[in-house]
Amino acid sequence: MTEFIVVTSGKGGVGKTTTSASIAVGLARRGKKVAVIDFDIGLRNLDLIMGCERRVVYDFVNVIHGECTLKQALIKDKRIDTLHVLAASQTRDKDALTKEGVEKVLNELRDEGFDYVICDSPAGIERGAFLAMYFADRAVVVVNPEVSSVRDSDRILGLLASKTRRAELGAAPVETHLLLTRYNPVRVADGEMMSIDDVKDILGLDVLGVVPESEGVLSASNSGVPVILDDEASAGQAYEDAVARLLGEQRPMRFLDVPKKGFLARMFGG
Amino acid sequence: MGIFDFLRARNTSTASVARERLRIIVAQERSQRGAPDYLPLLRRELLEVIRKYVSVEQDAVDIHVERDGEHDVLELSVALPDRTAPAHVA
Repeated sequence: MTEFIVVTSGKGGVGKTTTSASIAVGLARRGKKVAVIDFDIGLRNLDLIMGCERRVVYDFVNVIHGECTLKQALIKDKRIDTLHVLAASQTRDKDALTKEGVEKVLNELRDEGFDYVICDSPAGIERGAFLAMYFADRAVVVVNPEVSSVRDSDRILGLLASKTRRAELGAAPVETHLLLTRYNPVRVADGEMMSIDDVKDILGLDVLGVVPESEGVLSASNSGVPVILDDEASAGQAYEDAVARLLGEQRPMRFLDVPKKGFLARMFGG
Repeated sequence: MGIFDFLRARNTSTASVARERLRIIVAQERSQRGAPDYLPLLRRELLEVIRKYVSVEQDAVDIHVERDGEHDVLELSVALPDRTAPAHVA
């Protein structure tokens, strides 16, 4: 059984691609056969985050147009055998994606025996975002604890409930999870940032994981190594927990509390 | 909290302001979700027609769609002005 998972958010810059890359790696290093697809036509970026930008020959739109086979376009990850990347097209117009074309590619991935297909959605609610979520079985909605991101996420939750294949067929709804990113426990403690409970409460959904704001995320994207592969980074560990929960494991939330300060830092408010 | 923290300028919790604003706007947007796109325009035109005959407030027309089994029901309510107020008929 192939599971299609969309990583989406509505708002841009909240960490969709970072999340897609880390979830894909997390699943693949558990031995699952995984493909991760960049749906951001015209603004290809997943390849950079995955560190395979120089190996892109064919892309998603080439496959849809029959200009190459799916096998030719899938880039095999150098680190993990069972992980494959399908890059977005860089030059074509946004209308290059069609529902039939996307369905054809996803069906082929299913026939190839992939366990998971991660669809990295573009920002917005235009065609790319719509098609990234349309065939989904599950959705990871990436949200920052910030007003515009939370509101946009709620809009996306509405679309997941009404504009997907599952909704149209009247099948079981898309299983939806929230993933909080850029979480800063210090600012939450100071009342400057909404807490995990606030966001949970407003959106009425459970949280799959909380990824703290971490230097590791930028250095990971700088070097083209998904942050989940950085065991030192708190963000990497948080993604690892999120992947475990996605697979049904119970794990306590980490990185929600303010790191303990030393005596001097406490005295002088470090 | 450090002993010099009082020196820092502190706002009242902006996170709680964000929470309350979001509660309201999300609830409002959810109540309109799935409603046909023409509702806002329909509401405006109805208001114009009603105002030809009765002087009503800007928000006097309340309109929404409810699902009742197989049917969609368009529910429309118009708040007329107080009876004691002089009716203004064009």
